[in-house]
Amino acid sequence: MNRIALNLLAWSMAFLWILPLIYALWTAIHPPVYATRFDLFAPLTLDNFINVWNAAPFDRYFLNTLVLVVFVVISQFVICTLAAYAFAVFPFRGSDWLFMLVLVQMMVMPEVLLVRNYATISQMGLVDTIPAIALPYLASAFGIFLFRQAFKSVPKELDEAARMEGAGPMQVLWRVYVPLARPTYLAYGLVMVAYHWNNFLWPLVITNSVTTRPITVGLQVFSTVEQGIDWPTITAATLLSVAPILVAFLIFQRQFVQSFMRAGIR
Amino acid sequence: MTAPRNVRIGLLLLAPAIVLLVCFTFYPTVATVIDSVFSTPRGRRPSQFIGADNFRTMIADPVFLRAFTNNLIYAAVIIPASMGLALAMALIVNARIGGRGLVRLAYFTPTILPMIAVANIWMFFYAPDYGLIDRFLGLFGLGGNNFLGQPGSALWALMVITVWKLAGFFMIFYLAALQQIPPSLLEAAALEGASPAQRLRRVILPLLMPTTLFILINAVIEAFRLVDHVIALTRGGPNNSTQLLLHYVYQVAFSYWDTNYAAALSVALLALLALIALVQFGVLDKRIHYR
Repeated sequence: MNRIALNLLAWSMAFLWILPLIYALWTAIHPPVYATRFDLFAPLTLDNFINVWNAAPFDRYFLNTLVLVVFVVISQFVICTLAAYAFAVFPFRGSDWLFMLVLVQMMVMPEVLLVRNYATISQMGLVDTIPAIALPYLASAFGIFLFRQAFKSVPKELDEAARMEGAGPMQVLWRVYVPLARPTYLAYGLVMVAYHWNNFLWPLVITNSVTTRPITVGLQVFSTVEQGIDWPTITAATLLSVAPILVAFLIFQRQFVQSFMRAGIR
Repeated sequence: MTAPRNVRIGLLLLAPAIVLLVCFTFYPTVATVIDSVFSTPRGRRPSQFIGADNFRTMIADPVFLRAFTNNLIYAAVIIPASMGLALAMALIVNARIGGRGLVRLAYFTPTILPMIAVANIWMFFYAPDYGLIDRFLGLFGLGGNNFLGQPGSALWALMVITVWKLAGFFMIFYLAALQQIPPSLLEAAALEGASPAQRLRRVILPLLMPTTLFILINAVIEAFRLVDHVIALTRGGPNNSTQLLLHYVYQVAFSYWDTNYAAALSVALLALLALIALVQFGVLDKRIHYR
């Protein structure tokens, strides 16, 4: 194909794809009167961001999200590592069947079961807590699947050598399997950070106060209440809420993209 | 190593995952099915066994029927559209173009943003009269459209957002697969006199089949799981034109507090997903011969 045409296509599509973000940024850094008027020399301002920051407890929402994401990812690492280790290294009669049963969780996602899970969480007395947001996601079939694949590719000789030196099952896991699966941990970790930073429906259902709401729910509450208030405020709030993940993404772009790639290769 | 030892250690290691899966996947699945044949307790009236009454209500419920057809149309559009675009993007980014890294970045960025934030930005895009799209159309005298406010266009407006967000995500998987195709294969095809279109159809696409199936599964899941933008932008309206199954479950359960009817709706959604999973399993079995 014609090289110029291909470049033109690539770049116009790229422009189209990034346009909503540029437009949002334009609105957020100008005074409200310029929201729909394009003037290259319009005065720049950070007032919209300052107003938003003062109008809602975004600092608390960020803290909640951070606590949630750290808690989810660490718990998933531990729980999925142990389960994957069992499936990969200690097979027993029926364990293949059990593994198939685990994979059911990929199709029957926590979102589909949210009515019943809400009832379970409220029986446990955990409604409106951060662990409640995390619990349905902790035994992740996707994580168990990925780690099992990674552990299965570890050479048997390394496992046996460690055993000969008298290492127990947990020591073998910690010293041989986990270090060799590091790229898989990074990949899965980044995908999950993005997933739970962005998750909305379940947190919306299970939280109802400032001290537990993650940023996505906080943003929704803010923009619903502020309907009718000017657009720049809402776009500033939106950009503010995506800023940490966007900046992290831009800095670690290569790792992010490679991690998503790795998580998809099976 | 003896088998009994494996059972003991294996079950010990699996215990946390099994407990959590039972509590939040298997028990709720079974409980949802049981709940669906009972009535919702109201005031003094306790929950009663009512057999298939909830399901009879459901198939006569115009909102459910609307959500069901909407969701099928929604899936039938966003799945091929996002996958086709993803493939095109991956081919573009894999070709020799200027500023490849930046182009790839532009395609991928929507993926890492929360749907709820993205929806806010698009709301502004779609706004009648002063939104960017309407003002662009206004240049040609076609302004005055309220894309999200009209039953005819609201669902399509949501589809555009979903495709915009998912295409870059799926592109990454295609890109990973494209980079694993040995260049010698393509060179051989070129030597045999295959045109670029023939190379795409005869060499590249067959090699991408496993990836396509993987993406397809993800696309199906997203088509039924992702309703954040419905909540943020339309709440199922206007006139239920953007009602999707999971959003209706959410509304019935947490706005009308009719939990047992919501359970029956969840059963319908679960059955649909199970059916899709079975079909995909049939296809996936064939995929094994590929590798």
